[in-house]
Amino acid sequence: MTYLEFLKDNRVIFDGGTGTLLQKAGLPVGQATECWNLTHPEALVSIHRAYFDAGCNVVTANTFGLNPLKYSEEDVRQGVFAAIENVRRAAKESCGKQEKFAALDIGPSGRLLAPLGDLDFEDAVSAFSCVVRAGVAAGADLILIETMNDAYETKAALLAAKEASTLPVVVSNAYGQDGRLMSGASPDVMVALLEAMGADAIGVNCSLGPKALAPIVERYLELCSVPVLCMPNAGLPRVENGETVFDVSEEDFAKEMAALTQQGVRLLGGCCGTTPEYIRAMIAAVKDLPVQPIEKKQTTVITSATRAVSFDDVPVLIGERINPTGKKRLKQALAENDLAYLLNEGLTQQEKGAQVLDVNVGAPEIDEKTMLPSLACELQAVCDLPLQLDTADPVAMEKALRRYNGKALVNSVSGKASSMDAIFPLVQKYGGAVIALTLDENGIPATAEARVEIARRILKRAGEYGIEKKDIIFDPLTMTVSADNQAAAVTLDALRTIRNDLGCHTSLGVSNVSFGLPGRPAINAQFFTLALENGLSAAIMNPYSQEMMSAYYTWRLLRGKDENCLSYLHFADRNEPQAAAQSANTPATLQEAIERGLKSQASSLTDAALTSCAPLELVQEQIIPALNAVGERFEAKKVFLPQLLMSAEAAGCAFEKIKQAMQGSETPQTGCKIILATVKGDIHDIGKNIVKLLLENYGFAVQDLGRDVAPEKILEAVQRENAPLAGLSALMTTTVPAMEETIRLLHEKAPWCRVVVGGAVLTQDYAAKIGADHYAKDAMETVRFAQTI
Amino acid sequence: MIAPISTVSVAVPAPDEAEIRRYCACPKGVDDLLTECLSEMHELSYRVSFRVFPVTRTEPGLDLGFAVTDSKDLQKALEGCDRVLLFAATVGLLPDRLIAKYNRVCPAKALLVQAIGTERVEALCDAFCEEQKENYAAEGAILRPRFSPGYGDLPLALQREVFAALDCPRQLGITLNESLLMTPSKSVTALAGIKTKEHFG
Repeated sequence: MTYLEFLKDNRVIFDGGTGTLLQKAGLPVGQATECWNLTHPEALVSIHRAYFDAGCNVVTANTFGLNPLKYSEEDVRQGVFAAIENVRRAAKESCGKQEKFAALDIGPSGRLLAPLGDLDFEDAVSAFSCVVRAGVAAGADLILIETMNDAYETKAALLAAKEASTLPVVVSNAYGQDGRLMSGASPDVMVALLEAMGADAIGVNCSLGPKALAPIVERYLELCSVPVLCMPNAGLPRVENGETVFDVSEEDFAKEMAALTQQGVRLLGGCCGTTPEYIRAMIAAVKDLPVQPIEKKQTTVITSATRAVSFDDVPVLIGERINPTGKKRLKQALAENDLAYLLNEGLTQQEKGAQVLDVNVGAPEIDEKTMLPSLACELQAVCDLPLQLDTADPVAMEKALRRYNGKALVNSVSGKASSMDAIFPLVQKYGGAVIALTLDENGIPATAEARVEIARRILKRAGEYGIEKKDIIFDPLTMTVSADNQAAAVTLDALRTIRNDLGCHTSLGVSNVSFGLPGRPAINAQFFTLALENGLSAAIMNPYSQEMMSAYYTWRLLRGKDENCLSYLHFADRNEPQAAAQSANTPATLQEAIERGLKSQASSLTDAALTSCAPLELVQEQIIPALNAVGERFEAKKVFLPQLLMSAEAAGCAFEKIKQAMQGSETPQTGCKIILATVKGDIHDIGKNIVKLLLENYGFAVQDLGRDVAPEKILEAVQRENAPLAGLSALMTTTVPAMEETIRLLHEKAPWCRVVVGGAVLTQDYAAKIGADHYAKDAMETVRFAQTI
Repeated sequence: MIAPISTVSVAVPAPDEAEIRRYCACPKGVDDLLTECLSEMHELSYRVSFRVFPVTRTEPGLDLGFAVTDSKDLQKALEGCDRVLLFAATVGLLPDRLIAKYNRVCPAKALLVQAIGTERVEALCDAFCEEQKENYAAEGAILRPRFSPGYGDLPLALQREVFAALDCPRQLGITLNESLLMTPSKSVTALAGIKTKEHFG
């Protein structure tokens, strides 16, 4: 019988801890357990056999820490082969009559993935793939990915398992006492992500004892449509008479596991501190309990790395602002890779109440295949809302979906065969919920019935790809009423039928309805309300529109979808016009606002000033003097770095308004081109970012290459831009050699370029020693030096 | 047998504003911004994993039970000690997440969050060591001040052994990157000597 056939109708017993048992057998402290696979096979076979003798169905091979980030690929291969062979031998030698399987065990890589860590997602996938390939070749029956405390790394491991094998995969995460993974993901996030990617069973292990894990396991049982696994620790360790003991006894462990089994747990085992005796007691406690059937859950959920959004009673707002169509300023930001603008656009929509962000970078001069995945990653680093990846290019969609941290909303598929055959395989592989447009090869049908018919066809085709109904959200398409006076009525009819008869969720881009008419906001808001009344589950809309937000919150209030009116009150409160406190605290001029670091005032005062003053005049007469004044006060130690930064940020807000006023034309650069980077091996970038901000304020054209940048890449940028100045930052003594190497390369291959350096470990002397042209002790000094170039 | 790894949550006193201001070199001003950052960071987790090892003197240095080293500065720090308390402490990933965010959209806040994170993890180490010091005092032993890899001549490379001995990724979710830096960045590993009574003098 295969493992999957067995799992179908049976409870599956996994083994318990190995580490403590190996230490009892003589493994020295600090030595990795996997070192013993080849050198001490007897010790491992004996432990595995004890677990099979106790009645386990699955024994995990001792491969938890084996991966090519720690060992050579050949060592990984040999280690995996030996480990699986040890389990096979134990199965053969055991007296147990039960079904027996060998699991390839995959633990965390030991490194944190970018952006917070330094391990690239694809490098993690290939490291795990190497282990998976070895496991397949060695004859493992299944793969157990366990003790993962980061959602992104879990995704990398599962993706590797799916790409490099056809074996069944069980995925288990380690939660902290706060009920979240170390990286912040909740059970809701993990269940949505892992089920959508096709894990065969999912659950939790390690970190806590069975009682403490129970609330998390119960949440899994509420959410999961696949079997749930639970492998707790035997509580916490302590020393008694020189022996390590755990504070949950075998009997208590068995009792708690039986209780969880009654609630529906199907895969049971133990983690740290558990032994064959614990497992034996657990088996005795559960053997007469009925095997619980597993119910399919119908909730539609999408997630970011930490936040789950479910489509239920309350409609979901999808912010539409990150889309260059008709937005000059956004198009410019994309063209210039102006991340600050783009990320702010995301964060502001969140502040205004958006629950999901649509991300569309489709413009003639933009390469979507690079821009969509990179902007999605950048947004995920600053904003915890799930993203709706919006592109017509399936290649860009795949790249973005692959790297996405969580279960994304895919925008979109249509009833065209070519579209379904391009998009559904991606959703099947990477997980996701998908917006399905009710149009096909013949265009958009004029009647509601025909649109619903397309919806049925899409559902059928999705089913063939194993994509469930709950993950299809239909968009019955908003057409313009000025072109066809039945347009809105047809959309609403289709919407209602899809919601009521097909039982599917729906989404609409609302604002198209009013195209070509005056008073658009009022029409849009009214149509939005009508759509909500007809069963709309989500809207792609402008969260900055007062009318739309008002329609949304009012509808919820009146429809009994706002307990104690809290959401409405919160909304109303946010929109209360600020009490016009014209006190001494309000800055009178833009210059004052910048000097005091008041961002919103700097914005509004710029707007006001621009009505009577030319943009460049404003820069010369208010902004530059303000920056100079603050810079001088900083140098005189009258204000400090945070204040200097606040002023720089306020100036940034003013510049933003000026850019808009100049209608996307090139902003004048008064200063030279400057290349900035944190050198190879160094991942600190706060200091470099501060320097960048100030340089930009002073009109320099800064190109920021980021952190951990190789010397060749810096040289390449200097040559391409013909930049007369490069700024390098290093914060660790260990990365100063990389800085020295970069300087050497620049002086040799780009002798026109001068190099200014800074960072915590550098001094004037040190900088001179490694050949820098200038050492800047702080950001202001970099500005001063740049002004001399 | 060497004791197992213990992992505990530690109660840490409220943030010390003067100390935070020292870390970001900002003796005055930005009061509102600081309050805002502090409120975003009030839900940190304060966790420590620790383990005690016997210390033996070898030629030319120390055998710490999980690693050997010839560091002169560590020998000085562990002078007269028969055991060493090895620990790793972290306040979790929240500061890193906020720093990554504000680095891109509000550098002034990134700077303050950075300073608060540093103050918090130092306060965590202080609180933990104080607690341990009292425990050891009760058994008549003295806990000496902590000493971290990278201090003086104790190489940062010792982090690899420290991580293996404390199983940091699994116990606390701390990982070590190729440059031997820790993520979460607001984490500390350290050694503190334990001087038992009969070793006094």
